[in-house]
Amino acid sequence: MKLLVCISQTPDTTAKISFSADGKEFNAAGVQFIMNPYDEWYALVRACELKEALGGTVVVLNVGPAANDKTIRKALAIGADEAVRIDADPKSAGFVAKQIAEYARNEQFDIVFFGKETIDYNGSEVGAMAAEYLDLPYVSYASKLDVNGNLATLEREIEGGIEVLEVNTPFVLSAAKGMAEQRIPNMRGIMAANTKPLKVVPAVPYQENVVAAQFTLPPPKAGVKLVQPDQMDELVRLLHEEAKVI
Amino acid sequence: MVLVFAESPRGQFKKAAFEAVTFGKKLADQMGTSCAAIVLGAAQNAGELGRYGAARVLQVSADALNQIDSQVYAQVLAEAAKQLGASVVVLSHTSTGKTIAGRLAVRLDAGLVSGVNALPNAGGAALRVKKSVFSGKAIAEFDITSAVKVVSLMGNAVRPDASGNPVSAEALSIAPPAARVKVKEVKTQEGTVPLPEAEVVVSAGRGMKEPGNWGIVEDLASVLGATTACSRPVADSHWRPHHEHVGQTGIAIRPNLYIAIGISGAIQHLAGVNNSKTIVVINKDPEAPFFKAADYGVVGDLFEVVPKLTEAVKKFKAQQ
Repeated sequence: MKLLVCISQTPDTTAKISFSADGKEFNAAGVQFIMNPYDEWYALVRACELKEALGGTVVVLNVGPAANDKTIRKALAIGADEAVRIDADPKSAGFVAKQIAEYARNEQFDIVFFGKETIDYNGSEVGAMAAEYLDLPYVSYASKLDVNGNLATLEREIEGGIEVLEVNTPFVLSAAKGMAEQRIPNMRGIMAANTKPLKVVPAVPYQENVVAAQFTLPPPKAGVKLVQPDQMDELVRLLHEEAKVI
Repeated sequence: MVLVFAESPRGQFKKAAFEAVTFGKKLADQMGTSCAAIVLGAAQNAGELGRYGAARVLQVSADALNQIDSQVYAQVLAEAAKQLGASVVVLSHTSTGKTIAGRLAVRLDAGLVSGVNALPNAGGAALRVKKSVFSGKAIAEFDITSAVKVVSLMGNAVRPDASGNPVSAEALSIAPPAARVKVKEVKTQEGTVPLPEAEVVVSAGRGMKEPGNWGIVEDLASVLGATTACSRPVADSHWRPHHEHVGQTGIAIRPNLYIAIGISGAIQHLAGVNNSKTIVVINKDPEAPFFKAADYGVVGDLFEVVPKLTEAVKKFKAQQ
């Protein structure tokens, strides 16, 4: 099978988030970046498992600047065979989806994997957009994937339940919890990653139609109001009269 | 005009649809235009959407639309948006909306912002929308600059307003293409409000010590009409089912009231719950990081505090 895993680089979960003084741009100074956890733990690991079981190739793709190569090498250390970086500093989901689709269009991938969303812009947009550009079926929030020949069976989390789906390859999916378990790269993988191919390709033009106008930090919490453990009537009163939530 | 896709999973509208129509109507008022709702497949009482502000309710009926395939839905919605001359299309940021929104935006050559959590500012040529980013650690405003715009609305962001009148649903004839994704089965968890839709959530963590102790959590949830949830270690230990896991890797929620019992409040947990309107933390450790994110806190033994809170809620409900 030929599998494509699209990975994004995001600030670490624990990173302190700040913006330029005018609130126009994210301030990357001092921020540690990681592979988007859903791309790594669920999409990439499941793709590697399928390749190991069924044979084939896993290609990882990132749309980003050269600084992302470290994250891409980590994906190769986890088990991807080769990597492609589309050289750009993306400003929108639409841009990223367009680049991915242009690359994937002539490569005949059986499955294109995304994580369910990124932990920075929380959009859950790129997978569906890329699927549309590629005119392929799309299954989002997949929590289970099995492949038998060209037929895939998936489970997908919906509100208050699970859908069981069937789709023929080729198709696009976004992966959620349940799809696979996190895999820590071993020393052999890390060594091998340095010699695996990483191809850099130029971006195609894209007309932006969503522009980040302003970033702000949420107003600080007023501080916790402590209620004594034997004063639960008082807590209920506060929730009713002050917070107005019951 | 503003076109709202009103979801009707398994033939029934849920809160997400009423919120989306309410949002669409308020946005249409700002823009000086009208709001129409579109329903795909079977739905009971589609005309009821008029109560939430839809001047017209259009229903496309076809067997192929009774299950959701993103390609089929996006194609039909795009065709409807073009026929009706919609300038903004509103969807719900649900499992369905997330699957369709991106496709629809590409088909309509539209800018998309998903997970919008406040009424937009439609004053200028661009549509300015607000959403939570960096897992709740920041707020972003985006300008959508394309002629046609697509937004999806976060749950619990807008209160449904049913002050209008029902209308008669009109049939709209658009032939759907063949589905390529086949739904084999839907396994539903009956009886409780799904976590993404819940207004009150009672959640518990490792402080519960063992799964047999969950009775006090369920009792509190029951008197509050709340949905139960849990932290990641609890789900990973199989003390509670995985679908109850809230946090960064599990489900992100934004209820009006989140009560966290015996959960320390690791940043990965907060990332999934910090958009809750009010947070109550019950923990015996006064140094638990969750207190920093809480509105109300109780430092004490949860096995004593939780039953007392349940009794207090019962007393309060009896007086109402």
